[in-house]
Amino acid sequence: MLFKKPDDIKSSEITDENLILNRRNIIRGAVLAATTTATGFLYRRLARPSSKKPAEASAKSNTSGRLITAEGEAANDYEEITNYNNFYEFSTNKERVAIAASDFITRPWTVEISGLAHKPKTFDLEEILKIAPLEDRVYRLRCVEAWSMVIPWLGFPLSSLLDQVQPMADAKFVKFVTLLDPMRMPNQQGDVLPWPYVEGLRMDEAMHPLTILATGLYGKMLPGQNGAPLRLVVPWKYGFKSIKSIVQIILTKDQPKTTWSEVVPEYYGFYSNVNPNVSQTRWSQATERRIGEFGRRDTKMFNGYGEQVAYLYKGMDLTINY
Amino acid sequence: MLDFKFAKFAAFINCAVPLVLLAWDGYYHRLGVNPLEFITHTTGTLTLVFLTLTLAVTPLRKLLGFPRLIQLRRMMGLYGFFYGCLHLLCYVWFDKSFVLGAITEDTFKRPFIFLGMLSFLIMVPLAITSTNKMVKRIGGRRWNRLHKLVYAAAISGVIHYYLLVKADTQIPIGFGIVVLSLLTYRIINKYFPAYTQRSPLRAERQQ
Repeated sequence: MLFKKPDDIKSSEITDENLILNRRNIIRGAVLAATTTATGFLYRRLARPSSKKPAEASAKSNTSGRLITAEGEAANDYEEITNYNNFYEFSTNKERVAIAASDFITRPWTVEISGLAHKPKTFDLEEILKIAPLEDRVYRLRCVEAWSMVIPWLGFPLSSLLDQVQPMADAKFVKFVTLLDPMRMPNQQGDVLPWPYVEGLRMDEAMHPLTILATGLYGKMLPGQNGAPLRLVVPWKYGFKSIKSIVQIILTKDQPKTTWSEVVPEYYGFYSNVNPNVSQTRWSQATERRIGEFGRRDTKMFNGYGEQVAYLYKGMDLTINY
Repeated sequence: MLDFKFAKFAAFINCAVPLVLLAWDGYYHRLGVNPLEFITHTTGTLTLVFLTLTLAVTPLRKLLGFPRLIQLRRMMGLYGFFYGCLHLLCYVWFDKSFVLGAITEDTFKRPFIFLGMLSFLIMVPLAITSTNKMVKRIGGRRWNRLHKLVYAAAISGVIHYYLLVKADTQIPIGFGIVVLSLLTYRIINKYFPAYTQRSPLRAERQQ
């Protein structure tokens, strides 16, 4: 007989029920493992906060925490300051700027100062660093996105540099321009912002003792992601006014057009003084998250520098001049 | 043929993977420099992801000719609501420290917060009426009409995301395009079923 009849199959030949169920479970287990692994990889690919830590930043600075502001606030860690940056020239993802800027070459570097100056000049970076002694300035930096850090800058007053070129009497404003080089700043190949990045200050704001040009951080040279080799720091204004990687400074009679106020004029004004009472942006400016803290802090007028700078805006309506 | 009970179980586990990884990374301090912002942002994105998946179920059923997919739709929707709850909790806890007055002020002063709240509020009755018992109580027709609101929740969520972004609007716009495409598919499918299904016979029978 070629075919067995049902009665011909011995009961001992019937596959054990356990084995069948077991095999199904093995297959189920494998499917579960495969799918969850795939989902995991997909999540990692899409949601990873930072790709990898750049080599220089992985060693925590041993001075972190000991540097404090006049009000006793501790500086943020070097790792935090160098891995959370708004620098769209490199990336719009704050935690990816460090990697994108890791190869940024900043020598040779020149800064051309022109416009309404008696002695306009193009400076080499080395010349600039010799103009005034470098000082430690521990400043709060308040981003318009409502987060903030305390940063121990190393720099010198902008006024020292401007004095070198002797501004003319009718130079009422100072305009700053960032490097334009899509090869070295890859995200300038896109058009998320009109390049190059431009910022500006009123002359009295520029000459104010708090306003510095920073070249270092925690006593070390500025890394690319923080605006190497030379950047502005105006601590009583929103962070986007502290323009990075400066190549040009122009003294002008008229108020310069600045990048963010060109892109969204309703939100970002020329002055952009830190002001908890004025929220032109779609979100409130009344509170901020200090990086490293859990709760939120109340934002202070002029970022807590009101005593030193409020006089600059006496009589001005800050809801109009935002 | 297909072990659908297992498929549902596998889907359930997979949908929880992002949360598990988020918690795992949180425990090991691997959530970056601003972990609270990262958690808020990620739970928000996941809410939109699951809302979109929910909306994609029926188009996929019809296009692939795979009607049993419907059994996954409730799970996708409820996971959307779940991640939405987490996202709301992040805002209420991390940003507002549970201060009701501040939350109310924000909701009515900031359009993007209002839209987020609206999106969540829409999801609440949808979640409550998701059970089989509820479907029976309300009746299939009324249930269907109520649950069309999921499109409002999704669109409100997309605009909420769009208003939050400073310059990089690619992702919220991407979500918007997908949601609108799925909505368009449903509309076309209603009036021209023959063009949008795998089985024209089924379409004819519907007419």
